[in-house]
Amino acid sequence: MDYFLITTSLLKILGILFVIILPMVSYTIYAERRVSAFIQDRVGPNRVGPAGLFQPVADIAKLLFKEDFSPRNANTFYYWLAPCLALIPAIVTFAVVPFGSTLFGVPMVIADINVGILFVFAIASLGVYGIVLGGWASNSKYPFLGGVRSSSQMISYELSLGLAVIPIFLVVGQLRLTDVVRYQIDHGWMIAPFLGDWTNPAKWLLAIPMLVSFVVFSVAIFAETNRLPFDLPEAEQELAGGYNTEYSSMKFGLFFLGEYAAMITGSAIVVTLFFGAWHLPIPSWHGGFHWALIDGSGDGWRGILGGLFNIATFFAKVAVLLFVFIWVRWTLPRFRYDQLMRLGWVFFFEIALVNIFITAIILAYYPA
Amino acid sequence: MIREYLPVLLQIIVAVGFAAAVLIVSVIVGKSGRRTRVKDTAYECGMVPQGEAQPRFGVKFYLVAMLFILFDLEIVFMYPWAVVYKETIGHSTLILWSMLSFISILMVGYVYALKKGALDWKK
Repeated sequence: MDYFLITTSLLKILGILFVIILPMVSYTIYAERRVSAFIQDRVGPNRVGPAGLFQPVADIAKLLFKEDFSPRNANTFYYWLAPCLALIPAIVTFAVVPFGSTLFGVPMVIADINVGILFVFAIASLGVYGIVLGGWASNSKYPFLGGVRSSSQMISYELSLGLAVIPIFLVVGQLRLTDVVRYQIDHGWMIAPFLGDWTNPAKWLLAIPMLVSFVVFSVAIFAETNRLPFDLPEAEQELAGGYNTEYSSMKFGLFFLGEYAAMITGSAIVVTLFFGAWHLPIPSWHGGFHWALIDGSGDGWRGILGGLFNIATFFAKVAVLLFVFIWVRWTLPRFRYDQLMRLGWVFFFEIALVNIFITAIILAYYPA
Repeated sequence: MIREYLPVLLQIIVAVGFAAAVLIVSVIVGKSGRRTRVKDTAYECGMVPQGEAQPRFGVKFYLVAMLFILFDLEIVFMYPWAVVYKETIGHSTLILWSMLSFISILMVGYVYALKKGALDWKK
């Protein structure tokens, strides 16, 4: 048995789950309510603690002490399974995300496996089961309609999600996510050719399909996480909350947690693929201009500070993307269902496919 | 090889344990109320539920699922192609043209589905 591996992995898993993901989920919900309020010229929750900062704690306590009710019509086993299935994939997907360089010589990624992105798609797509089962097991109309809509929407956008990342792997040549990060450290972020070896003209050319990839991928993430403008499965005004209508107490809480955890994981994947993950280049003029790299490889406290800085950089980038999620919610109106399907199947599918061949042709005729 | 997947297993155990623990705590500390007949009915905005709880739904959803399986398989074929592309393209451009011809055959099916109105939700 490899006790070192098991101990460090457990420490990383528990750290990521309880120190980073769960507080981040709580405060994303808080931020969502506050930012929404400011965008709509309201005040938002401001009573619990200074500026309402303890609101998430109060919410969790409230959800825990609520009556745990399951309706008699519901199919009990699947009714209980669904909230767990909504949360688990979002957490497990995080296992392959490189969220930092090294800390005390231990690489800051829970499982550095060679199928990287395939693992992400394989696990993340299981999230749809939670929603479909929740809608079906409730044995009620609104949840059922929400579940059916959601499954259809999520699998439709999974196509563009899968196609949009292929240009990256054409360029990198590896599916392992740490290799994608390594490539971006050496050659600059995917959508920022001015970082890294910026004198290479082929890289500037490649940045165009990368930008298209980025747009398609992030829009598909919005659809996958059922966020506005793609929130038809939940559509409060017509489905009264959709698949989670019949849920109460912490079972509802788990759906909520799962949804925000999926947002965080999705943002983390976007950051890893397009924004250089934990990498933040610092311009340096010592011996000619170049980009300096901060990571955890230094000795003593420099290494520890560097490693912590990388982790902070990563989650700062994720937080910026989460803000964009909230911002978009109050900027764009909801799509109609036929528009949504058309957008996914016709527009994004074709764009992503053409984008792959543009990248392939650039690589064939203008090798970097 | 299999050693790399050990942390994934641990992560799954922690995630399942966390979800189960939350549900159990909620059952233990949650307030329990009386069950009534009205409380057990399905929620339909306060009205008495009408008709079947799981009504028939459009066959379009089924079509989308079928098409998804077809096109998702095609995407899976593109990943191994993408990984070896950069090494191979230096020797010959055959790898580019073979994938283009593969996709163009699939596009015939895509255009057919599109023309048949399989993805047209207005009808």
